[in-house]
Amino acid sequence: MFKTLTTVRRNLIRFTLDGQFHQVPAGISVAAALLTAARVSRRSVVSGRARGPYCMMGTCFDCLVCIDGEPNQQACMVTLREGMKIETQPGIRDLDTGTTADMD
Amino acid sequence: MAAAQCAAAHGVDVALLDEQERPGGQIYRSVDDSPLPDPTLLGSDYLYGRQQVADFRNADIDYFSGATVWNLDRNREVSVLVDGKSRGLGADRIVIAAGAQERPMPVPGWQLPGVMTAGAGQILLKSAAMIPPDDVVLAGSGPLLLLLASQYLKAGVGIQAILDTTPRSNRPGAARHLIRALESVSYLAKGMGLIASIRRSRVPVYKEVTALNAHGDEVLEAVRFNSRGRDHELPTGTLMLHIGVIPQLHLAMVVDCEIRWDEAQSCWRPGLDQWLCSTVPGIGIAGDGAGIVGAQASQLQGQLAGLQCVYELGALNRDQRDLKAVAIRKSLDKHLAIRPFLDSIYRPSPEFLTPVDDTMVCRCEEVSAGEIREIARLGCQGPNQAKAFSRCGMGPCQGRQCGSTVAALIAEVQGRKISDVGYYRVRPPIRPITLGQMGNLEK
Repeated sequence: MFKTLTTVRRNLIRFTLDGQFHQVPAGISVAAALLTAARVSRRSVVSGRARGPYCMMGTCFDCLVCIDGEPNQQACMVTLREGMKIETQPGIRDLDTGTTADMD
Repeated sequence: MAAAQCAAAHGVDVALLDEQERPGGQIYRSVDDSPLPDPTLLGSDYLYGRQQVADFRNADIDYFSGATVWNLDRNREVSVLVDGKSRGLGADRIVIAAGAQERPMPVPGWQLPGVMTAGAGQILLKSAAMIPPDDVVLAGSGPLLLLLASQYLKAGVGIQAILDTTPRSNRPGAARHLIRALESVSYLAKGMGLIASIRRSRVPVYKEVTALNAHGDEVLEAVRFNSRGRDHELPTGTLMLHIGVIPQLHLAMVVDCEIRWDEAQSCWRPGLDQWLCSTVPGIGIAGDGAGIVGAQASQLQGQLAGLQCVYELGALNRDQRDLKAVAIRKSLDKHLAIRPFLDSIYRPSPEFLTPVDDTMVCRCEEVSAGEIREIARLGCQGPNQAKAFSRCGMGPCQGRQCGSTVAALIAEVQGRKISDVGYYRVRPPIRPITLGQMGNLEK
């Protein structure tokens, strides 16, 4: 997992990632915050295989997550705010149920 | 920033649309708000950006941050998304300064979580003061990889290894350009300084690396490669790849200006005149987005493009414009002198331009190099037809990670030139936008 240099002096803000609480210094992107706690941002809608942030600048779309209920947000282009609810995207959606189908 | 400031200084009404939250682009990310207690570890070139951003903020410019431009047309109408709402803006003149992106470095397994670009590593360091775990492996070629290594060492990262993929065969070609490169003594000195600091650190550096691939089940677990005839495997969860940067072209392509293949830089770039004017009247393109030239040269090009706008809008006459440009061009020439040398010594190995069959070329739609080669053997004319056959290029990244590779593979199989094979046809929106956001269109 990536770690923050310990000498950073910023106030900490809280967010949840798939229901778990985490704390990071303020002013970083959602993708950066995710990388302090996890490696996977989404599962491919083609194969269901795991993906994580790759370019951190908005050109690869591998960091797509659901933020406060809004899906397909590029985590690297959004600044983390206090209390944000981040959810990794588990693959392709089922058109009938609106939920995500299990991938084999 | 430079183009905007130049125009504003001559009394022109200027708006700057920035997709990032703060000014500085990628190179000067977070330079005016660094989370690092000691940003000097990032180097003097980065800190130079502080003054640039400060000057920019003081200029009389309408600055829109977090502004995603999703369309630009030949009448200079801009469609931009800000705060969830889409707006249309008209302009008398446009300067596109979209910058560069990492050149995709497709290797088998590059899609595994834990594989990232060197640029991503720099962004995390600059904007979040974050460093990777100590088993990190850096792989690739080029000054930015060396810079990242040096910054990581200063930040206390225990780099496990640096895998240098620079082909030995680049050297004779590069030597030709060395004399001209000596005009840029400071660049050469900087480069040598980076190499020396890495040598002093005792981080293992493997040379002439080939057959690079990333392994893991769910996430990255190991990197395998060959170096000078010997096979190696390094366990790691973090791999940073870099083989150079290429222009971000989608904005230029959506207005259908002339785009040319640059053989020396192995990339597409817009056709421009000496005032950075594209083939579309009223639209100029400056900086790394026009062709890779580096930060200092980009700033100088921005000034030229700004001057051209001021002249075209009538606030300067031709002689005044030309006079102001003299010093800028002289400085620009000095900064451009190093490019032929850098472009040839760090020319990417064919392994990354036309990767092996089991490499995932289109990350979004998961299309392999083998599939593209098969489509090419079937006689597919170019990337747009390959798109129809395989869906490559149809994912959210809109070809940013696969376009060059697909064209190179078709060229390789069919024995054609890349310039002949072409690029994906780019259509708006050039960034994803919801129907709801489009529907909120404000004027």
